[in-house]
Amino acid sequence: MSYKPTIPIGPYHPLQEEPEFYKLVVDGEKVVDVDVRIGWNHRGIEKISESKSFDQSIFIVERICGICSSSHPITCVQAVEDIAGIEVPERALYIRSIIQELERLHSHMLWVGLAGHFLGYNTVFMWGWKYREPICDIMETVTGNRQNYAMLKVGGVRRDIEKEHVSYILTRLDEFLRQLDLLKGAVLDDPVIHARLKGVGILTKEKAVDYAALGPTARASGVDIDVRRDHPYAAYDRIKWNVITQSEGDVFAKTVVRILEMYESVSIIRQCLDDMPKGPIDSKPKDIPPGEGIGQVEAPRGECIHYIKSDGTNSPVRHKVRAPTYMNFPTFRETVIGQTVSDATIILAAIDPCYCCTERMLVVDTEDKDLMNAQGLIRLSQEKTRRLKDEMGIK
Amino acid sequence: MTIDEVLGKISERFGSNVLKVYKKNEKRAYVDIYPKDIVEFTKYIFKGLGLRFNIASAVDDFGTIEILYHFSLDRGGFVITIRAVLDKEDPDIDTITTVTRSAWWIEREIHELFGVRFNGNHDMRPLLLPDDWPQGVYPLRKNFVVPKRDSRKA
Repeated sequence: MSYKPTIPIGPYHPLQEEPEFYKLVVDGEKVVDVDVRIGWNHRGIEKISESKSFDQSIFIVERICGICSSSHPITCVQAVEDIAGIEVPERALYIRSIIQELERLHSHMLWVGLAGHFLGYNTVFMWGWKYREPICDIMETVTGNRQNYAMLKVGGVRRDIEKEHVSYILTRLDEFLRQLDLLKGAVLDDPVIHARLKGVGILTKEKAVDYAALGPTARASGVDIDVRRDHPYAAYDRIKWNVITQSEGDVFAKTVVRILEMYESVSIIRQCLDDMPKGPIDSKPKDIPPGEGIGQVEAPRGECIHYIKSDGTNSPVRHKVRAPTYMNFPTFRETVIGQTVSDATIILAAIDPCYCCTERMLVVDTEDKDLMNAQGLIRLSQEKTRRLKDEMGIK
Repeated sequence: MTIDEVLGKISERFGSNVLKVYKKNEKRAYVDIYPKDIVEFTKYIFKGLGLRFNIASAVDDFGTIEILYHFSLDRGGFVITIRAVLDKEDPDIDTITTVTRSAWWIEREIHELFGVRFNGNHDMRPLLLPDDWPQGVYPLRKNFVVPKRDSRKA
């Protein structure tokens, strides 16, 4: 057997946001084999959850992912509600849908930015992350936090969406939509992006079914699945919206699916705000009986599923968590092998492996009561450049 | 297909090899089987009936280890869970990766966290635990005691 060079990427690498280890075996420019090693970020949350009460485990699972801070809690509460057969008030269902779709918007926007970054097209990265800000502002206004919203509880939600929030959400959504139109035009009509993404990293429909791929990864390969439509939860069966599918299965199709899904999300949020009935937001359940329950949610990356077993005490005997990336990740064997090294990064990123971003772009100096906004940060950056130039003697 | 039709087809095909069928509600059902039949069941449910493999969950039930294979029919909107109960002393079951590649990682995970052998699966490298994790220590079993962290070590 002839010697084949290996390119190791990670587990800690300046280009990666999270630790994972890729081993690319290459023949010249071509990738002939690939393996991935995960586990550097394993925190034992399933084990921790067994020692927490049902109310506490919602907050534990909220911290599984930095940006899916509502998908895991909704899945968890739905699994517990499945055990006990708890009815959730109508208004709470609508609020759950709104929070889920806001999360999908900012998560897809974040991915578009990262995809641009991996292509070396950092303008798209800057746009994507800037245009995501209105959504994070809405989240902060409605829930009190940009991420880790703590909105969910078994039997309902913890906070109501107030009347004065509705007009704010609608104004900011209009702003977001204008920017999304710009971004859609800039990304989907760009010849460079077409050249880099079309026909790259194709996942065929047969393979997508065999690997049980989920979410946008599956829908871009023509597999018409979406938990929101197929296993209706929250308020998704009460409003009109479409499941976006593409047939090509390449990275470009995955991009198209995500961008078009953002339009659907905006439409879902508007309908929910219109139709949301008045009433209680919490059914205040008391005891969780012994039994088993399964919760399913369409997270931005695909179906998230939790299995919870209860023995009648107030904490789970077993809490199994399956995030969508877990099923999407193994498809890299089909998509990366045979492609060039330079395309490997965007193909690996195309399934949107979960990245973490909770840092705030706001500097608060309590001593001087100085609040810094985007312009302030630009000024700060310019001052720093000037200072460095002075120090280095550059004119 | 509705959930009743699928449960009916499974019972008809496997007869007395189905130990118990429990329909919890219109969206969830649990089917208990002998562990030796898991490949045949998976073949029929995944390939024959076209259900999607969601995931498998293992549960340490003190005397036994249960493995639950969750399958969902997206067009019908329900989840059917196949339950196989294994002996805790020496748990082993046939791999279903010969039927679907989607079980590749979860079998590795259950192997390292619960110590279940999957006969016929040759890729049993650790997935989540470090390479130097001690042999025979399974962190998601109930008798596993979380070691106290020594504060003197960083």
